[in-house]
Amino acid sequence: MDIEKKLKEIREEALKQIQTSEKLEKLNDVRVGFLGKKGELTALLKSMKDVAPEERPAFGQKVNETRQAIEKVLEETKSKLENAAREAKLRAEVIDVTLPARKVNLGHRHPNTVALEEVERIFTGMGYEVVEGPEIEYDYYNFEALNIPANHPAKDEQDTFYITPDILLRTQTSGVQVHEMERGKLPIRMIAPGRVFRSDEVDATHSPCFHQIEGMVIDKNITFADLKGTLAEFAKQLFGADTKVKFRPHHFPFTEPSAEMDVTCFKCKGEGCRFCKGEGWIEILGCGMIHPRVLKMSGIDPDEYSGFAFGVGLERIALLKYEIDDMRLLYENDIRFLKQF
Amino acid sequence: MNTSYKWLKDYVPDLEVSDKEFMDAMTLSGSKVECFNRLDADIENIVVGQVKKIEKHPDAEKLVVCQVDIGEDELLQIVTGAPNVAEGMKTPVVLDGGRVAGGHDGKKTPGGIKIKKGKLRGVVSNGMMCSIEELGSDRNFYPEAPEEGLYQFSDDVEVGADAIDVLGLHDVVFEYEITSNRVECYSVLGLAREAAATFNKKFIPPVVQVKENSENINDYFNGVTIEDKDLCSRYCARVVKNIKIQPSPQWMQRRLAAHGIRPINNIVDITNYVMEEYGQPMHAYDLDTIEGKEIIVRRAKAGETFVTLDGQERNLDENILMICDAQKAVGIAGIMGGENSMITDDVNTMLFEAACFDGTNIRLSSKKVGLRTDASGKFEKGLDPNNAIEAINRACQLVEELGAGEVVGGVVDISHFKNKNIRIKFEPEKINKFLGTDIAVNDMLSYFERLELSYDSDTKEIIIPSFRQDLECFADIAEEVARFYGYDNIPTTLPSGEATTGQLSFKLRIEEIAKNTAQIYGFSEAMSFSFESPKVFDKLLISQDSKLRDAVVISNPLGEDYSIMRTTPLNGILTSLAANYNHRNKNVRLYELANIYIPKQMPLTELPNERIQLTFGMYGDGDFFTMKGVAEDFLYAVGLKDKIVYNPEAGRPFLHPGRQADMIYDETVIGYIGELHPTVADNYNIGQRVYIAVIDMPEIVERATFDIKYTGIAKYPAVSRDLSMVMKKEVLVGQIEEIIESKGGQYLENYELFDIYEGEQIKDGYKSVAYSITFRANDKTLEESDVREPMDRILKNLEKIGIELRQ
Repeated sequence: MDIEKKLKEIREEALKQIQTSEKLEKLNDVRVGFLGKKGELTALLKSMKDVAPEERPAFGQKVNETRQAIEKVLEETKSKLENAAREAKLRAEVIDVTLPARKVNLGHRHPNTVALEEVERIFTGMGYEVVEGPEIEYDYYNFEALNIPANHPAKDEQDTFYITPDILLRTQTSGVQVHEMERGKLPIRMIAPGRVFRSDEVDATHSPCFHQIEGMVIDKNITFADLKGTLAEFAKQLFGADTKVKFRPHHFPFTEPSAEMDVTCFKCKGEGCRFCKGEGWIEILGCGMIHPRVLKMSGIDPDEYSGFAFGVGLERIALLKYEIDDMRLLYENDIRFLKQF
Repeated sequence: MNTSYKWLKDYVPDLEVSDKEFMDAMTLSGSKVECFNRLDADIENIVVGQVKKIEKHPDAEKLVVCQVDIGEDELLQIVTGAPNVAEGMKTPVVLDGGRVAGGHDGKKTPGGIKIKKGKLRGVVSNGMMCSIEELGSDRNFYPEAPEEGLYQFSDDVEVGADAIDVLGLHDVVFEYEITSNRVECYSVLGLAREAAATFNKKFIPPVVQVKENSENINDYFNGVTIEDKDLCSRYCARVVKNIKIQPSPQWMQRRLAAHGIRPINNIVDITNYVMEEYGQPMHAYDLDTIEGKEIIVRRAKAGETFVTLDGQERNLDENILMICDAQKAVGIAGIMGGENSMITDDVNTMLFEAACFDGTNIRLSSKKVGLRTDASGKFEKGLDPNNAIEAINRACQLVEELGAGEVVGGVVDISHFKNKNIRIKFEPEKINKFLGTDIAVNDMLSYFERLELSYDSDTKEIIIPSFRQDLECFADIAEEVARFYGYDNIPTTLPSGEATTGQLSFKLRIEEIAKNTAQIYGFSEAMSFSFESPKVFDKLLISQDSKLRDAVVISNPLGEDYSIMRTTPLNGILTSLAANYNHRNKNVRLYELANIYIPKQMPLTELPNERIQLTFGMYGDGDFFTMKGVAEDFLYAVGLKDKIVYNPEAGRPFLHPGRQADMIYDETVIGYIGELHPTVADNYNIGQRVYIAVIDMPEIVERATFDIKYTGIAKYPAVSRDLSMVMKKEVLVGQIEEIIESKGGQYLENYELFDIYEGEQIKDGYKSVAYSITFRANDKTLEESDVREPMDRILKNLEKIGIELRQ
């Protein structure tokens, strides 16, 4: 039989079978049927031994050409079928992306902690160390060393819980100032968050147990302007870059001059609204230059060193910042409340 | 402290500012104005009218039609139902378009009520005549007003005049928050001085001149003896005779009313007026009741009782200072006078007292007696004794001017004080350096002048007047400069100088990791009070002799429920869980980081040990092993990477006896885990299983480390052996693990429990446990023999405790 004709027949038959292959398995069968060890083309090649030696190269070349032609089509078709199969698979795997998320149910920090960590972040960024002091404290640290001697009316104002005449539940974190000064390491830049206690009945705005953050800087050449600059920066970072501050003269026994700092209401930006009771300003903290007598009592020479101190009510910050309208929520620990922070 | 703007303006006549300007500027100079109240805010367009003619209303029995003269050409027709309307009476008339503050009943309408021309039952009414209540006040402050009906002016009031002005209501009352160091600002004069300085206007205090008769006080009064000189630094006395008790003039009544003080009679009103004006409390005794016509200032005797002028009997002790005559006590010094010597309408001669008592003593006495008065509130701040003589003279001046009596010549003035005459060095450069400012010396001096602080240019000292008891040192002077320069004008800078590192303490870093780990496990942070009720111990089934009951006790608690400092953190977390359970919240996980307080001795002589506890509590999904998970992950995160030993014999009474364990690390109990005892859960009304874990943080902080050393990732293959075992139920897998760990040899890499089973195919009382044990060497591929040896050792030791290999 004419080899050419035979090859043409094989090629046509192969192409026909390839074209009608709708699945990869079928395609593979076609490959095996023509190109496999026992395939038709392979058989033809094996018959080369019957061909005259001088014709063998031409014969071989012809068979190979046919083989290549079939392989090419096989490859093309295979890749087409593969693509189709992948696409069909993808189509079948469409999911509803709006189904609910699968979560690990992370817990939440207490709003006091969220606020505290924000304050800590601001001050550690400015080089302040975060330290602590005891919650049950000697009268000396809570009052006397802060220029509040025995029988000072400020002691009454603070409604102190006493354990013994000398030991009390601290009414302010200011005592940590004294502990830090006594360590004798200067300069000092510190904040001291902590729990404080005052004899107030529980209501929407009072709690007998709450938190303050004390701050103190002592160095050479610390000025009232530094106090203003530091706290203005703090307010901006905590309440937003457009926050303005106002310092009003005030009185604390352990600072002189003393001030209270107001910030522009973060709801109305100072226009006056219900939130700030129409004033446009909200009182945030008390501060002042450390009284020279306080420095001296703790062994620091007020002629060489000066410093400033401030105290912030943590709950006050949390209530304002998160617009919580009842302080009792902070100590009830209802999970529906905590989950929001 | 409140002040009427009109009153204050008496002493700063040039002051012309709006209410808001006044409030803001005073606040910024240190006299914080909390708010102000315009007395005429809701009343408008009201004149004095005189009723000329009254006719019956044709259609209403209770109404009458009045023709009212309001000083214009024509009479105004007004229909009224007021019961006391009478021809000839002068009364406030609200004109068409005017406003009143509220109704007859004294209920105020915010913004007021607009009055318009209209018809009442068909008859035209062009306005309204009104009562004092409708003007926003009441009979307490206008005692001359009738109980019901129209307010009636006295006959000398001009028809057509501004009625609001006549009633003294064109005024503003400012309310201040005065700081405790500024005693002198609890007076109109003190605040007037501050206002004058703030607005840089002239301060003109009243000129006090007493018109005395030619008699001598010593003919009426035998003098004052101060026995307890430490408690009474000054006692001034004057005598007034021929007293005529009557109402004080309306101008004085109006001012007291503006300050919220009810007018009583001329003598009482004068003492109140002077107390407001000078900040000096005074008292008036009926001299005819004073035995021996002398005053002795002495301490009460223990157990003495005394009836104060409010008719109450008061118990005294020897720390309370009394004002006495030759026979008896006549007043509690600085707090309240006695019923036995009080001024009555029949008084003829009286003794005026203006004294200065020790502030602390008055404060403590007022607490002891249980009586806080306007007077004690002023005295307890520590008054300037120099003020007393001024005040008594001012009072006597008013007595004379008001025709309330005849002032007897002379004053008895006994004093035991020395003026401190404080002088403070004026160091302008130091002030500027301290404030961070560049204020001119002359500006500073001008502030001092405004404040009546004089400057001695020879010695370069500032001389502090006695009324400024708060100024003692350099920093005080710097504050005076700062507040009149304006806090707002001081620049804002950041501290320069040596750089410092900002960081959390090590302990706080550990706590931060605790919070993070807790949150990953779904625990949310709770906060609860540090004090609680001693009943908590019973609720937690803690035995009577437990050390936990040795709690720090608050001597003046808010109540028993808040009376002891907690020695265990459980009540806080359980109370919070209970609240959640009660609110029907499902699957609640909470944690708290807070102190417990462990006394070192009882009673306390030094500070107790404050130990911070990490407490977990939960109900709903999860169990004992969830708690183990969060606890162990936390410990690992802070570098406690050794195996935690669990001792089930912890014996904690508040936990399920078969589901609790102490956590042991380094042979130290570092915490415990357990299921809450069902009885305790019942005590807290939690109807689900509750799991608790408590970690004693100081033990953790002591051992924690952030040092991490990398160990190489193994290159050689591992060899695994599975062990399937049968054992009695009581055997703990912890025992198996201990054996694997101790006998596993140098190549032991890991072991893992992969099956635990009780039931069919396993005999009763037994369980089957399967472990997969992995060996690996980091320097070679293990041979069979490397593994056989340790496996044999493990098996042998397992057998010793009765564990068999499963066939």
